[in-house]
Amino acid sequence: MDSVEAVLREQAPHVLGALVRHHGRFDACEDAVQEALLAAAVQWGEHGVPESPRGWLITVASRRLTDQWRSDTARHVREAAALPHKQMAPAADAVPSGEDDTLVLLFLCCHPSLSPPSQVALTLRVVGGLTTAQIARAFLVPEATMAQRISRAKQQIKAAGARFDLPPQDAWRQRLDVVLHVLYLVFNEGYVATSGPDVHRAELTDEAIRLVRQIRRLLPDDGEVAGLLALMLLTDARRLARTQSDGSLIPLAEQDRRQWNQDVLREGVGIVTETLTRSRIGPYQLQAAIAAVHAEARRAEDTDWPQIVALYDVLTQFSPNPVVTLNRAVAVAMAHGAQAGLDLIEELAGDRHLADHHRLHAVRAHLLELAGRPEPARAAFEEAARRTTSTPEQRYLRARADRLS
Amino acid sequence: MLMIWSNPENWDALPPADRAALAGDAVAEHAAIDADLLRSGELVISAALADPITSRAVRVRDGVVTSTDGPYAEAKEYLAGYYLVDCESVDRAVEIAARIPDARWERVEVRAAMDVAGLEM
Repeated sequence: MDSVEAVLREQAPHVLGALVRHHGRFDACEDAVQEALLAAAVQWGEHGVPESPRGWLITVASRRLTDQWRSDTARHVREAAALPHKQMAPAADAVPSGEDDTLVLLFLCCHPSLSPPSQVALTLRVVGGLTTAQIARAFLVPEATMAQRISRAKQQIKAAGARFDLPPQDAWRQRLDVVLHVLYLVFNEGYVATSGPDVHRAELTDEAIRLVRQIRRLLPDDGEVAGLLALMLLTDARRLARTQSDGSLIPLAEQDRRQWNQDVLREGVGIVTETLTRSRIGPYQLQAAIAAVHAEARRAEDTDWPQIVALYDVLTQFSPNPVVTLNRAVAVAMAHGAQAGLDLIEELAGDRHLADHHRLHAVRAHLLELAGRPEPARAAFEEAARRTTSTPEQRYLRARADRLS
Repeated sequence: MLMIWSNPENWDALPPADRAALAGDAVAEHAAIDADLLRSGELVISAALADPITSRAVRVRDGVVTSTDGPYAEAKEYLAGYYLVDCESVDRAVEIAARIPDARWERVEVRAAMDVAGLEM
């Protein structure tokens, strides 16, 4: 990210917050800010960043907004009449700082009336300051499709009557969980990319980490915010080691751990350690703790599997889901022998949805190989390879199958 | 990917009046699906393909390119068109496929596209 882009991305939510506070009409303001950001990208690139970038952007965006309204005077009058007082004139005790606008905007973009893909797209544009073209590239869809997704999301927010305000106290926890989940999805979308046009997707991991860091500054005592940040850091630290130069995947056990980013790992482990001792525990903290146990093993064979099993036991109580159960089966196998893991898998295979899922077959294959049963292991790897829709995973699973024949 | 498979023999066997009515309605229905998918932000691309009589098969053997005119006697069914959609679930894709008029007299196949992303296992 160059310096102009960094400034723009940093300023985007504050500029939008200032405009919405003053004018109301989130959707029109968002369009105006987007136009101002695009204009700034061109002009600042040529003439340098102005002394007050935020002032510059607010001025230009406001001008766009009034131009737009002037072009439709009748509508302007109607809209102005409909503006709530609170938004026209902020109360004297209103927080004037742009800092917590980020949080208000995050809650708005992650409004429960939107589908997760819409929440993700809107968050990246409104809070992340990414252009529609960048988001479209990251999600491998045409720009027109992404533009439509974003504009529809804005209409839905308007239709839902969402306000530019923090959610009420009783809904706070639930709404924050949605925000964290959306940022988790953004991170994941970036992390799983392995090659090709995915340079853009790697940008998503950085963006997700940047946004979680911002939330953490605003909510330093929230254990799950800290947990999510730690989880992202501990995962991202392995990025270089997880693929070969040709984009093929390297499983955790075979990664060259010297390639793990030690500074990032240290930061992640530090956050987990500090958070677990003083906050109410939650799923992100537990997943981060599991990642921290892996991070602390110098070699794969040094991994403290019994501790990982114990953490998965607690995680299963918080958020029982098939992926957690499968991961736990692997940990059980590593701690107590392959057969113990296989027994758990057999119970899961009764679940029709999971029985079709490639990951179940991949885990079973892995455990069968560990148990010294190459023939059924090979068949299970092939079954998993046929069922996955991920090219790199398919390549990896086929290679494992071939190794056994 | 929503693939519309069609058998020209079935189509040709219809009385001309029925064929014209079906085709006319189908064009309007496809246009409506396109518009709806664009609005919902789910459309990646869609295309109707020309008659298989216009297709050419391309083969490269030992670096030599040969292309031959279709259609191909061995194939009974042809890909008549497709929609590539980016939607939340397979169930949603099936719901869209069921709106495609061709599903009423031919067959629409729904299959996931491969992704370049993957998790280390």
